[in-house]
Amino acid sequence: MDTAYLIETIIKVVVVLLIFSALAGIGTYFERKVLAFMQRRLGPMNVGPYGLLQVAADGIKLFTKEDIIPTNVVARIFKIAPVITAATAFMAAAAIPFLPQFTLFGYTVHPIVADINIGILYILGIMGVGLYGPLLGGMASANKFSLLSAARGAAVFISYEVITGLSILAPIMMVGSLSLIDFNEYQAGGIGDWIIWSQPVAFILFWIAAFAETGRTPFHLIANDHEIIDGFGTEYSGMRWGLFFIGEYANMFFISFVIPLLFLGGYGDGSLLGALGLLAKMAFFFFFFLWTRAAWPDVRPDQLMWLCWKVLMPIAVINVVITGLVMMF
Amino acid sequence: MFEAIAFYLFAFLTISMFYITVTTSQALYALTALAAGMIFISAFFFILGADFLGAIQIVVYSGAVMALYAFGMMFFDTTRDVKEKSGNKYIVSGLSILAAILVVVIFAAPMVSTNITANYPIVEGIGNTQEVGMVLFTKYLIPFEVAAVMLLVAMIAGIVLAGKKMDLSLTLMSGEEIQHAMEEQNKKVLV
Repeated sequence: MDTAYLIETIIKVVVVLLIFSALAGIGTYFERKVLAFMQRRLGPMNVGPYGLLQVAADGIKLFTKEDIIPTNVVARIFKIAPVITAATAFMAAAAIPFLPQFTLFGYTVHPIVADINIGILYILGIMGVGLYGPLLGGMASANKFSLLSAARGAAVFISYEVITGLSILAPIMMVGSLSLIDFNEYQAGGIGDWIIWSQPVAFILFWIAAFAETGRTPFHLIANDHEIIDGFGTEYSGMRWGLFFIGEYANMFFISFVIPLLFLGGYGDGSLLGALGLLAKMAFFFFFFLWTRAAWPDVRPDQLMWLCWKVLMPIAVINVVITGLVMMF
Repeated sequence: MFEAIAFYLFAFLTISMFYITVTTSQALYALTALAAGMIFISAFFFILGADFLGAIQIVVYSGAVMALYAFGMMFFDTTRDVKEKSGNKYIVSGLSILAAILVVVIFAAPMVSTNITANYPIVEGIGNTQEVGMVLFTKYLIPFEVAAVMLLVAMIAGIVLAGKKMDLSLTLMSGEEIQHAMEEQNKKVLV
């Protein structure tokens, strides 16, 4: 543990934090634009060229707004809940290799903060902890709608976690490792080696679970839009509400990195083309989140639980069994 | 040095979290502190190089405590303090400190007399996950399978207990059907 390693890690942490909190802001702009074009509107247009500075305007508004702690809430939990969402999203990023290693001024850089050999388990576990944010925020707020939203959050949590775990189990059996870098090396041979061809079922299941994990539209039932209010976020204002948002968007970006790394070859052989390929795949999956939001309605909590426990879980288990049999014989 | 700093930091955090869990009268504080303590424990696994167990600790306990939250939601108004009937505080704290010391002594005693050695030391080059699997499926196969059977029994019992009225779904029934079912129930109560 020498000083150079320490400094390098701190720089990497700061870079990841800065890039992805900025991207989370720009992500809201993308979302509003994409939704607007799909619904034949223009979206934000007034601030800056094509409304590009809308992000800055929103940021200024969130940062300067008064931070209200209503009476009757459990103040400490209420204050810490948004921090949990944002912090866990960025903690999960520690084990994601964002790019292949490259050399900068004669110094080899590994664009991963910590290459732990249980990367994927760690990422999913920490992302799961992120759901404590909505849960605690809803339970600490002294109103019924927030509490209901927290209850839905708990329902989502117990539904999707089993699916994510079981669906990636089959690819893990094939690769024989939990590290995302090993996953990437397993698929480094080109398109033919991608795990999606041998594990299409696991890919679809994981993708569906990713929507539940990030709480995006078909499963956007934690903050139920039909109630017009914002579910667990009803009583929040200013930057605390903004932290929930940053957490959600950062999570979307990170899971959009994880899906290609697991199933679609990641950054391939580590060339510049491969790195650009990973970014392109990430952009596609991020876009798909927005696309789904424009195209699909939300499901009810009981429908989500029905889907997860009665449909997806049996499929995932069968997939694991078949993979095991194929690998054995 | 980093290990020592990390160990003492997380030891302090874990103990203070569990202290909050048992002393507070606010259900939400207790549950949150419990969840935080469970997650901080995983740090010790990471410090010891048992990455797999550390990650499993986070995954399992974050889910388990989430279920406790659901119960808390059903049974209390979690934004209010719970009125507890507490007995003599000195006896309670005295006994718990005594019990804690006893546990530490029980586990520390073998270390004082002899240097303990690991039965299954970490092998360089083999991943942590593989090692856990190797020990689990050779030396500890029977306890592992027994645990699996016990979990299966618990799951079946849970399904039987919860599944009594599973064929009825209030969401899918029309208003008249619900009305009818409620009248039936009232008749039963009257009889």
